[in-house]
Amino acid sequence: MEDDAPVIYGLEFQARALTAQTAETDAIRFLVGTQSLRYDNQIHVIDFDDENNIINKNVLLHHAGEIWQIGASPADRNVLATCYNKISDSKVMTCAAVWRIPKELQGGNHESPDDTSSNAQSLELLCHLDSTAHGNMACVTWEPLGDGKKLLSLADNYLLIWDLQESSTKSVLSSSATLEGKGQLRFTSGKWSPHHNCTQVATANDTAIRGWDIRSMRQIYCIENAHGQLVRDLDFNPNKQYYLASCGDDCKVKFWDTRNIHEPVKTLEEHSHWVWSVRYNHSHDQLVLTGSSDSRVILSNMVSISSEPFGHLVDDEDLSDQEDNPQEEKTKEPLQDSIIGTYEEHEDSVYAVEWSSADPWLFASLSYDGRLVINRVPRALKYNILL
Amino acid sequence: MATVEEEESAKKKKSHGILKLYYGMTEEGKAAERHLEPTDVDGVHFNPELYLTKLRKESSLSQLMDVEADMVRQIRSLDSEMQTLVYENYNKFISATDTIRKMKNDFKKMEDEMDGLASNMAVITEFSARISSTLQVSHQQITKLSGVHTLLRKLQFLFELPARLKKCIELGAYGQAVSYHSKARSVLHQYQHMPSFHGIQTDCQAIMAGLADTLRQRFRDPASSPQELSECVEMLLNLEEPAHLLCDEFLAHGRGRLASHLSDLQESGDILEFVDRGCGGFISDACLLAASYQSLFSKEPGNSAQMAEAKLTVFLEELSTGYFELVEKRLHQEKSLGDNSLLVRALDRFHRRLQAPSKLVPGCGFNRRGTEIVVRAAQERLAQYLQSLKEFFQGCLTDVRQALAAPRLPGKETSGLGDLLAGLSASVLNQIKTVLAAVHLFTAKDVAFSNKAYFKGEFCSQGVREGLIVAFITSVCQTARQFCEIPGEKGTSTPPSLLLLLSRLCLDYETSTISYILTLTDEQFLGQDRSPVTPVSSLCSLARSTAQTLLNQFVKYQGLVVSQMLRKSVETRDWVTTIEPRNVRAVMKRVVEDITGVDVQVGLLYEEGARKAHSSDSSKRTFSVYSSSRLQGRYAQSYTPSAPMDTNLLSNIQKLFSERIDIFSSVQFNKVSILTGIIKISLKTFLECVRLRTFGRYGLQQIQVDCHYLQLYLWRFVSDENLVHCLLDEVVGSAAHRCLDPAPMEQSVIEVICERG
Repeated sequence: MEDDAPVIYGLEFQARALTAQTAETDAIRFLVGTQSLRYDNQIHVIDFDDENNIINKNVLLHHAGEIWQIGASPADRNVLATCYNKISDSKVMTCAAVWRIPKELQGGNHESPDDTSSNAQSLELLCHLDSTAHGNMACVTWEPLGDGKKLLSLADNYLLIWDLQESSTKSVLSSSATLEGKGQLRFTSGKWSPHHNCTQVATANDTAIRGWDIRSMRQIYCIENAHGQLVRDLDFNPNKQYYLASCGDDCKVKFWDTRNIHEPVKTLEEHSHWVWSVRYNHSHDQLVLTGSSDSRVILSNMVSISSEPFGHLVDDEDLSDQEDNPQEEKTKEPLQDSIIGTYEEHEDSVYAVEWSSADPWLFASLSYDGRLVINRVPRALKYNILL
Repeated sequence: MATVEEEESAKKKKSHGILKLYYGMTEEGKAAERHLEPTDVDGVHFNPELYLTKLRKESSLSQLMDVEADMVRQIRSLDSEMQTLVYENYNKFISATDTIRKMKNDFKKMEDEMDGLASNMAVITEFSARISSTLQVSHQQITKLSGVHTLLRKLQFLFELPARLKKCIELGAYGQAVSYHSKARSVLHQYQHMPSFHGIQTDCQAIMAGLADTLRQRFRDPASSPQELSECVEMLLNLEEPAHLLCDEFLAHGRGRLASHLSDLQESGDILEFVDRGCGGFISDACLLAASYQSLFSKEPGNSAQMAEAKLTVFLEELSTGYFELVEKRLHQEKSLGDNSLLVRALDRFHRRLQAPSKLVPGCGFNRRGTEIVVRAAQERLAQYLQSLKEFFQGCLTDVRQALAAPRLPGKETSGLGDLLAGLSASVLNQIKTVLAAVHLFTAKDVAFSNKAYFKGEFCSQGVREGLIVAFITSVCQTARQFCEIPGEKGTSTPPSLLLLLSRLCLDYETSTISYILTLTDEQFLGQDRSPVTPVSSLCSLARSTAQTLLNQFVKYQGLVVSQMLRKSVETRDWVTTIEPRNVRAVMKRVVEDITGVDVQVGLLYEEGARKAHSSDSSKRTFSVYSSSRLQGRYAQSYTPSAPMDTNLLSNIQKLFSERIDIFSSVQFNKVSILTGIIKISLKTFLECVRLRTFGRYGLQQIQVDCHYLQLYLWRFVSDENLVHCLLDEVVGSAAHRCLDPAPMEQSVIEVICERG
């Protein structure tokens, strides 16, 4: 591979929703949901051909409304969930639904880009997550590592757990919790922890981060004033069970140990505007990706608080599928936290960043003007981590 | 007849002449000249023939007669004269002859006597020799006898000694007793094998032991004066008491007194009094003790003197440690910073008074330890001053905060911040100067310890410059920074104007105050120390970065306040079903008011700053036209799904040519830049909030009106109007995008509404 140059793909609509196709581990595939009030919204299935540096896309129509958030099923790569706006009688409602990618597109048989506009297929609706009683859906998340049967959704001040039944065609509200408190509380974001047998979720509302145990549906911790302003996004460290990253409108990215909620383990202040999205790399959790409305994407190397502070010391926690050379790493000095790169390909606010599920060295970022940029971790760093 | 007379007279004259000659009379020459005259009767070369011839020739008969008569008369008188003279001399001669004859007789008699004497003497000599030979034996006996006599006297003295000693002791003349005893001691010791002497010796020893006991008692009596003590010791020494025990006892006695001094010291008034008492009591007594001790025990060099010296050193070491501890403890208590001169004087006195004992007992290191204490005290003082400076600064800040929090009279507001800043910096500077002056006392010429190496070098550079001034400036910056860090989260309690004020303060520090203070310090404390010191530039850059941080925080904070208002206003409204806009929303007016307020506030402290030249009128108009035309273009465009890149082409191209706007970026130290920062933050928030909402037709129109209003009033605050322009343009653009029924309002209507508002 001779280039580390970013690959740029432009959507015709504005877009906020981006996810990697979680269940897909071979192809580098991202799903992007568009936002348009006046035209049919689309989901772009974007395949990146790593060898040839080419993007292939498939467009699926999402008639229900503009997409605010998208989540791919961890079990079935053809199933996804979206949060979307529905407008009826000049009222705007945010709903959530589970969809299936139509058969013709499955298996990665891509049509040529020219045909997509004419032959655009629609997503098949599997089921609605009916939340009319609870309010506007802010977020929908699949149970990680699960069988694709459990979903978490946040609606206003409700935390809802859904069970999908009858091959995902029916959704049943299995349990729920309510956030009580003064004023109008509203969840902004939530994340399902991959640790503890997937029994914990974390949610964000206003400036607070809360942890919940979904067996009892009780709050287990609450980080008040986690950020100076609104908390925009959360992510769990995939390899360290108590570590959590958050970002918000105070331009900061904070790393928390949920056992000590009084102060963050680490704070990054590199962005010059609100940080909308933070993502740990699935394999190498020292790599943290953030996207901000200052139109920048920043890749940081948070070695000191990663599961591999001295390289690959923590072997038992190392879920990496890469070939590791732990013996060599042990002799190395502790590495310094650093900013690996600031990516400035975007010209509008970046609302979503995502690592590829197939290639841990590849990530995508999406800005509001519909520009999707695919970047790679710099080769030098990659080798530094691997060797 | 005449001839005889003449001869006589000539003879006379001749003898006269001889006499005269003998006496070396000088007139002799003259007379001789005169006498050369052959006609002069009295002359030496008188020639009677010539005289007569001349007389006959020259004189008449009568005259001749007269001369003749005269001549006769003269001859007669001379004759008689001569006769008397002869008689006289004859008599004398006769008497002399008699005398000589008498002497002759006398000598003859004397010779006889002398002969007699010689014979007598010979007899005497003979006798004497005979006597001395006879007396030889008895003389030896007499010598012996007199030796016996002395011995006996000594013995008598010895026998009487006990009684005498007793008497002496009774009378209290211990010295006498000791001297008696010391005289007798060796003899007694020598003859102790003889029973009688032995008895005496034991008696004496008993008595002297008693005496020694008495002396020792007196020695131990704490009430006895040093004078008495030294007497006692002298006596005891003479009594051959072991020196080291005496040393110990002497010192033990001294210890009691010195210790009592020390315990006295514990309660005392101010530091000067304390040091005075310490010097007067402890140190001078210690000196006295050391001096008398040395005169007693280490008079002649030798082992014992060394031993004694060592003992003294240990003793003083121990006691002085206690003293120094006390002093240090006392110095610790010296916290009040009011009058440093008192402390310095006390330290000076303390230090000076240590010179005497340190000279007396060089082994003890008084000087070194004293200096160490002084140095420590000075260092502690510096630390206290630093602390007090910090506290003063905090106090000032509290005052400022109170002043800021206090409700202001409307008229006074304009000058408030500037006055506060001036007051703050002036009072801090004053305080620094006061402290410098106080600290400067340590290096005053008349203070003895000021010429120690420490005070010349390290104290100036490391202590005062680094430890006090630099540390204070650093702490000011830190304190200021803390205001940024603590309230970074919600619930900030720092008033933004304080941030602004502090930032200006730090900036002033950077531009002038720091270098001024350091120059002042360097001038006052010309250290000879060449150790590296913090350069002015690094302090300045610290101050500058602090000022920058503070200002950024201020901008962030104010931006946040405005953002919060905008966000609330966007989030809480239902934009789909809103009614047709008739007015600019109140919140926009609030925003403009707030920003104007900030502008006034910032204007008090910061200069205007440069802005890009624009004609205000034209820019205003440009915006309205431009934005509306762009709006038209944007949503009139049809989205063709097949052409991915076309849709946002217009806006993308526009963005390509405009610079990227960093929202929370550093601002410059001027009003325009500060306000630009605040406005940027606010408008970006506005934009992001708008993007999260969905708008109806009137919602969009309301946004249009609001943005126009903002444009009308905000352009004047920023450096580059284009910026406000772009951001507002984007807000309207985004709103249009998020609009279900995008039908923009007529530009003229918007203007009318805005002007009415």
